[in-house]
Amino acid sequence: MAERVAKTGNDAAAYALRQINPDVVAAYPITPQTELMHKFAEYVADGDVDTEFVQVESEHSAMSAVVGASLSGARCCTATSSAGLALMWEILFVAAGNRCPIVMPVVNRALSAPINIHCDHSDSMGARDSGWIQLYAENSQEAYDNVLQAIRIGEHPDVMLPVMAALDGFILSHTIEALEINDDETAQDFLGDFKRDYSLLDVDNPYTFGPLALQNYYFEYKKQQIDAMEAARDVIVDVGKEYGELTGRTYGMLEPYRCDDAEVILVGLGSTTGTAKEAADQVREEDGIAAGVLKVRCFRPFPAREIAEALGDAAVVGTLDRAVSFGLGGPLFHEVRSSLSGRDNCAPMVDFIYGLGGRDMPLNSVKDVFRQLADVQKKGKTEADDIRYVGLRE
Amino acid sequence: MPTTNLKELSNMPELLSGGHAACPGCAGPIALRQALHAAQQDDAYVVTTSSTGCMEVVTSIYPNSAWNVPFVHSAFENSASTAAGAEAAYQSLKRQGKLDKDIKFIAFGGDGGTYDIGLQALSGALERGHNFTYICYDNEAYMNTGIQRSGATPKGAFTNTAQAGKVLAGKNQVKKDLTAICAAHGIPYVAQASLHRMRDYIKKVQRAVNTEGPCFINVLSPCPRGWRCKPEDTIRLCELSVNTRLWPVFEIVDGRLKIDYKPSEKKQRPMRDWLKSQGRFKHLFSPKNEHLIEEIQADVDKRWENLLRRERCDQED
Repeated sequence: MAERVAKTGNDAAAYALRQINPDVVAAYPITPQTELMHKFAEYVADGDVDTEFVQVESEHSAMSAVVGASLSGARCCTATSSAGLALMWEILFVAAGNRCPIVMPVVNRALSAPINIHCDHSDSMGARDSGWIQLYAENSQEAYDNVLQAIRIGEHPDVMLPVMAALDGFILSHTIEALEINDDETAQDFLGDFKRDYSLLDVDNPYTFGPLALQNYYFEYKKQQIDAMEAARDVIVDVGKEYGELTGRTYGMLEPYRCDDAEVILVGLGSTTGTAKEAADQVREEDGIAAGVLKVRCFRPFPAREIAEALGDAAVVGTLDRAVSFGLGGPLFHEVRSSLSGRDNCAPMVDFIYGLGGRDMPLNSVKDVFRQLADVQKKGKTEADDIRYVGLRE
Repeated sequence: MPTTNLKELSNMPELLSGGHAACPGCAGPIALRQALHAAQQDDAYVVTTSSTGCMEVVTSIYPNSAWNVPFVHSAFENSASTAAGAEAAYQSLKRQGKLDKDIKFIAFGGDGGTYDIGLQALSGALERGHNFTYICYDNEAYMNTGIQRSGATPKGAFTNTAQAGKVLAGKNQVKKDLTAICAAHGIPYVAQASLHRMRDYIKKVQRAVNTEGPCFINVLSPCPRGWRCKPEDTIRLCELSVNTRLWPVFEIVDGRLKIDYKPSEKKQRPMRDWLKSQGRFKHLFSPKNEHLIEEIQADVDKRWENLLRRERCDQED
C-alpha cells in the first residue's frame, strides 16, 4: 500500500535509495546534498539496506568507486551537487563510456566563483554532454519517483547508461512536502534485479574494461553510446507508463500544462515549473493571457520532436533558464529553439535567465514573464536573440 | 600454500601474455606478470585495476588485451578508488551470497599515477581499509607521455620538463618518499622490492594479498627510454639500485620495519656508479655539476641511516 508522508526532497531521494537497496553507494559530503547521505547513513546504520557504503575522500573517488563497483556487477548509487559534480567531471564520461548504469541524485547548486551554496542548474547543465541521462524534478514527489525510475531506465539492456536525477538545491532538497511513497514490495518488484552481462568479478571469464581504443575503434564505440541514448527515449516513456500503472503517476519526456489552447507557452525545468503552472492559471484569470507551461522532465536525451509537437501553434515561446552558457545564453533556450528550427511559422522566442545562485523566482516574477511574452505576441515579433534577466539589479 | 618456486611459477599458464607493446627492457611487465603469478594460486583469483600509464597503454590496445585476469582501467588518478569500488562490490555481493570466489584485488599504478595525481585516491583507500594491494611500478618519471619529471624523479635526473642546460642540472628537488607516506597510514603491510630479487618480490606480493586490509608495495622499475640505459641492463640496474642503498628492500609488517638485504662492504657501491650507469645523469659529470654527486650521495646516506635507525627502534622493543 502506498503511503502519504511528509519529507524533504533529500529525504525523499534517500528513501528511494533505501528501496533500491544498492549493493554499493560511494559518496562525499557537499551542501546541499549532505542530508540525503545523512539519511541514507541512518538506513545503513540500522541495517535497513545491504549496501556497502564507501565514504570516500572526494567526489572524484566517489564516481571512480561506483564505476569500479558497477563494472563488478553491483547496483550503484551516489549523489552530489555543484563543485562535487565538477570534480567528478572526468569520470562522468568514463561511467557513460563504460556503460555503467549508476544512478545519481544531483542536488542542483551554483558553481564557484563566487562561492554560493544555493540553487541553479549550472552544475548539471554543464554535464549535459557527458553521456548521462538527465531527469529533472518539479517537487519531492518527482524526485522520489525519478530516482526509482532511473534504475529501470539506466539498467535496461538497450540503454546501460548512467542517470542523473536532478532536484533543486534547498528549494526541494530542504523543503518538506507531502508525497506518496510506495510500499517496499511494490517498489522492489518494479525495480527487479540487476545483472550485468560482463562483470569484472567474473574470474572464470576474464574481461578487459576501459581499454585504449584509437582511431580505428573509438568512433564505433561512441556510436554505440549514441544509439544507447537514442534507445533510452522509448525506455523512459515505457518505464514512466509502467510506473504510472503501479502508482497512478505516469511520466514521460515532457509534461505539458494547459498547452492545448495556449498561445503563450513557457518552457522550463525543475521546481520553477510548479510556480509557472500557478502563474499560468492566474494570468489566464487576471490578464486573459492564454498561458501554458511545458515542463521538460528529461533533458538528455533531449525530446526535440516532442517539444516541437507540444509547442504546436503557440504564438510565442519563452524559456526559463537557471543556467547560462557564457557567450551564448541559456542552454534550454538554444535547444528548444533548435527543436523548432525548420518548422513553418516558427514562433518568436524569448529567453528568461533567472535564479542564478538561488535568486528567488516568486510567483509574481513568473506572472511578469508571461505578461512580457504577451507583449511580444501583440507585436508579433522580437529580436533574434532576446535574452532577458529576471530579478536582476542593473 | 602459494609457491615461490621459480620453476613451478614458470610452468603456470600466462596471466599477462606476451605480445604486448612494452619497450624492450621495460621492467613494468616483469613486475605485473610476476605479481599475477604470485597472487593467483590455489583457489584465489586476481582482479586488477590500473591507472593510465605505460602498463595500461601497452597491455590493452583494443581489440587486444594481454590480460588473462579481469582488468579495468578507468583514469590516471583513480586506480586505488576504482579498486576500492570493485572491492566494495565484492564485499557486498559476497555478503548477500551472490558470489563465493576468493578474489585478491591488485591495483597497479606508475609513479605519476601514484606519487602524484593518484596520491589522494590511494591515501583515501588505505585509510578506509579496503582489502586490496596497491603495487606501484616506479620508473621515476612520466614516461608514457614522454619523460616528464614527477614527484618520484630523483634529484639531478634529466627529464623533458626539468632539463639539463646552462643554468639547470635536471630536477632540482629530491624524490618523495612514498613508501614512508603509505606506511604512515598505519596499514598492516608495506614493502619495497627489487626485481633482481624475484623470489623476495613474489613473497612480498603473496604476503600482501594474503593480509587482511590494505597493503602497499613499491617496486623500482628501470625504463631504458627514460633512463637512457641499455635494455639488457634492466635487472643489473635493479641490483645496483639496492647495492648503492638508493632503493633499500624492506618490509613494514604491522608497523615494524625490517630491512631484507644490507649490501656488504664488498657489494656496496657508490652513487657515482649508479649515476654513471644512466644517460639521464650524464650532465652531472661536468665540472660545474659535480658537486651535486656529493649531495646526492649524502642524501642517500642520510636516508639509509634513517632506515637503519627505524629498524633498530622497531626491532628492539
